[in-house]
Amino acid sequence: MSVDILTPEVANSVLARANPVAKLAAALCITITLLLSVDWVSASVALACELLMLPLLGVRPLTFLRRTWPLAAAAAVAAYSTALLGAKTGPVWLQLGPAVFTEHSVLTGVAIGLRGLAVALPGVFLLFSTDPTDLADGLAQKLRLPARFVLGALAGMRLVGLLVDEWRTLGLARRARGVGTGHSPIARFRAFLGQAFALLVQAIRRATRLAVAMEARGFGGTVEGRPAPRTWARESSYSRLDAWVLVAGAAVAALSVGAAVVLGTWNVVWG
Amino acid sequence: MPGTSEMPGTSSGPARVRARGWGWRHAGRKAFAVSGVDLDIAPGERVLLLGASGAGKSTLLHALAGVLGAAEEGEERGELTVDGVPAPSARGRAGLVLQDPDGQIAMARVGDEVAFGCENLAVPRDEIWPRVHRALDDVGLDVPLDRSTAALSGGQKQRLALACVLAMEPGLVLLDEPTANLDPEGVEEVREAVRRSLDRTGATLVVVEHRVSVWAELVDRVIVLGAGGGLLADGEPGPVLGDPDVRRRLAAAGVWVPGWHPLTGEAAPGRLRGSSATAPGAADELLRAEALAVGRSPKSAPVVGGIGLVLRAGQSASVTGPNGAGKSTLALTLAGLLPALGGDLEALPALARGAGPSPHRWRSSELVSRIGTVFQEPEHQFLTPRVLDELEFGPRRVARRPEKEVRALVDGLLGRLRLERLAEANPFTLSGGEKRRLSVATMLATSPSLLVLDEPTFGQDALTWAELVRLLAELLEQGTSLLAVTHDEDFTNALSDTVFRVDGGRAARVEAAA
Repeated sequence: MSVDILTPEVANSVLARANPVAKLAAALCITITLLLSVDWVSASVALACELLMLPLLGVRPLTFLRRTWPLAAAAAVAAYSTALLGAKTGPVWLQLGPAVFTEHSVLTGVAIGLRGLAVALPGVFLLFSTDPTDLADGLAQKLRLPARFVLGALAGMRLVGLLVDEWRTLGLARRARGVGTGHSPIARFRAFLGQAFALLVQAIRRATRLAVAMEARGFGGTVEGRPAPRTWARESSYSRLDAWVLVAGAAVAALSVGAAVVLGTWNVVWG
Repeated sequence: MPGTSEMPGTSSGPARVRARGWGWRHAGRKAFAVSGVDLDIAPGERVLLLGASGAGKSTLLHALAGVLGAAEEGEERGELTVDGVPAPSARGRAGLVLQDPDGQIAMARVGDEVAFGCENLAVPRDEIWPRVHRALDDVGLDVPLDRSTAALSGGQKQRLALACVLAMEPGLVLLDEPTANLDPEGVEEVREAVRRSLDRTGATLVVVEHRVSVWAELVDRVIVLGAGGGLLADGEPGPVLGDPDVRRRLAAAGVWVPGWHPLTGEAAPGRLRGSSATAPGAADELLRAEALAVGRSPKSAPVVGGIGLVLRAGQSASVTGPNGAGKSTLALTLAGLLPALGGDLEALPALARGAGPSPHRWRSSELVSRIGTVFQEPEHQFLTPRVLDELEFGPRRVARRPEKEVRALVDGLLGRLRLERLAEANPFTLSGGEKRRLSVATMLATSPSLLVLDEPTFGQDALTWAELVRLLAELLEQGTSLLAVTHDEDFTNALSDTVFRVDGGRAARVEAAA
């Protein structure tokens, strides 16, 4: 019954067959480029390209919306607050009491909202099309990150799933003791803090036990003071598809910068 | 002595264990957890390691597995070697299976989990997958390699842990109470898996377990650690377990000796309870369920439906059935902690005492003085850093009894459950048996009319078991009603008036205990 975050339902799509490292590189390429400028053209172009690539993810649009709506909501909130609080230059479009929306503030808001979505989507693509175990294999075998760190993090993620269960059990176990009697917000907050602390204690105990179990199976051993050699049961390999993934990432980044420069909206953050 | 730089995995076949004056003191403790151990275990021997709680069985096992830690984690005395190499340097020669099925899985999928140890020992990739298949065959775990490890049952998880160890082809297999948390089917599964794999590999075995009968047939040697250091007994199972003196000492140490009942000793166990007809308010109906459906959350589908039962004052009911059948969910619903998903659950006036018919709607303060629930894991219910505060919490802060009454209550409980000596201790530092006693005591502190217990005897030694059963029998005499989720037949035989079996989404009343 534990929440299974390590074996997500990954649709059998084109992107799912790509190496996670290639996907990570392509996503970083787009994300970093988009963080360089705040303008609506580059953000819109990148977002449009990303949406066009949605079929590669193999997720139905409705399912996609259902799983990503918090991102859209966050982008809308960011857009609204920027429009409300941004520099008030240009003609006034709308005035409601103290709230003033001008042309400039509204356009900046839209740019921020679009940018937020465009920056987040590559990460969503990676998440929806990647099994965490494959990502760990790629990071350790292809990028040569330390196995101790990568596999430790992977095992830690498994514990997170167990802790979701543990949180529920703790809630019931503590109600049986009479915790959470008060109805005031302060009493509830205190009960929450107490339960969070109890969870922390359990998390540390579980992590310690798991570390012993992993060590007993030869994990993290050393030979003459250096990390013991290790093999990998699953090979992380590149294919032609991964080259295409990289090209696509670079193309989206180049296209959005190019369009913004041509239209004269490119506006480097620190410029 | 061979040097410590010996490459891992260079020796193969069954391993030899040798200890000379070996001892270990955990950092921060005054006394040695184990001391003065001298023993030789020949390659291929199968050893059952016994001893009182705190005699250091687990410490010795962890030392053999080489995971006791470096000098900063404790002080070592004497010598302990596996195949002539100090245990921490004999990487990969010993494989360890621990008690908690959930606590030792590192990977998301079954195949990857079994491959993990081989990877760490730098076994070439072509060799890993054949080993994975063979190990899974050995333990009889017939699931696809990409099955999620989270989707396995407790018995399957322990067989998986065993397969992980076997795939490393160790010369020494170490098992630390591998079946303590399993239902009877799971215990059987795991023991047979151990037997099959040892028959094939011939590896040396050391198993720690206080339920002797589980392993007595499979081992060819029994070693008993003395509480004060050294060995209490060492020899073939028959003579060691047949020696009246050793039997007495083992029983006194809380070991489950075959043929020795914790309540009656060498005599055949009887039923502990007489008639409860004399108890005050005996047989008053407390809680009634009709066509009740229960589930983990209001949004999920019911796991058990069509439940009809009545709980009465001074009577005891057991709920049995395989792991994962929904026994705990049923108990938590009856205890007012989960909402009923369908049908009727009614608290009758003798229990509700004006608080309304639905236990789940009661406030916590109303709940604690009517229904107490003892969870399987005592630590889940500890709220304070001191045993005394733990006991005072319910009566003082929740039920708001007068201060004088709280004192008397808590003093009474400390004495009755032999916790006086521990009043100032931190609950998390207690032993397993002490934690269990404390978790029951905290529930009794608010004098509930119904006590619900989830696997109260899991992993307990025979002394704690007997204590717990005697205490519960006393409560029944005083008119408390009990509902226990349990696999433990000894427990059911000693206490229960009615037994419900939950299986396949249904709950049925089975033959009452003899």
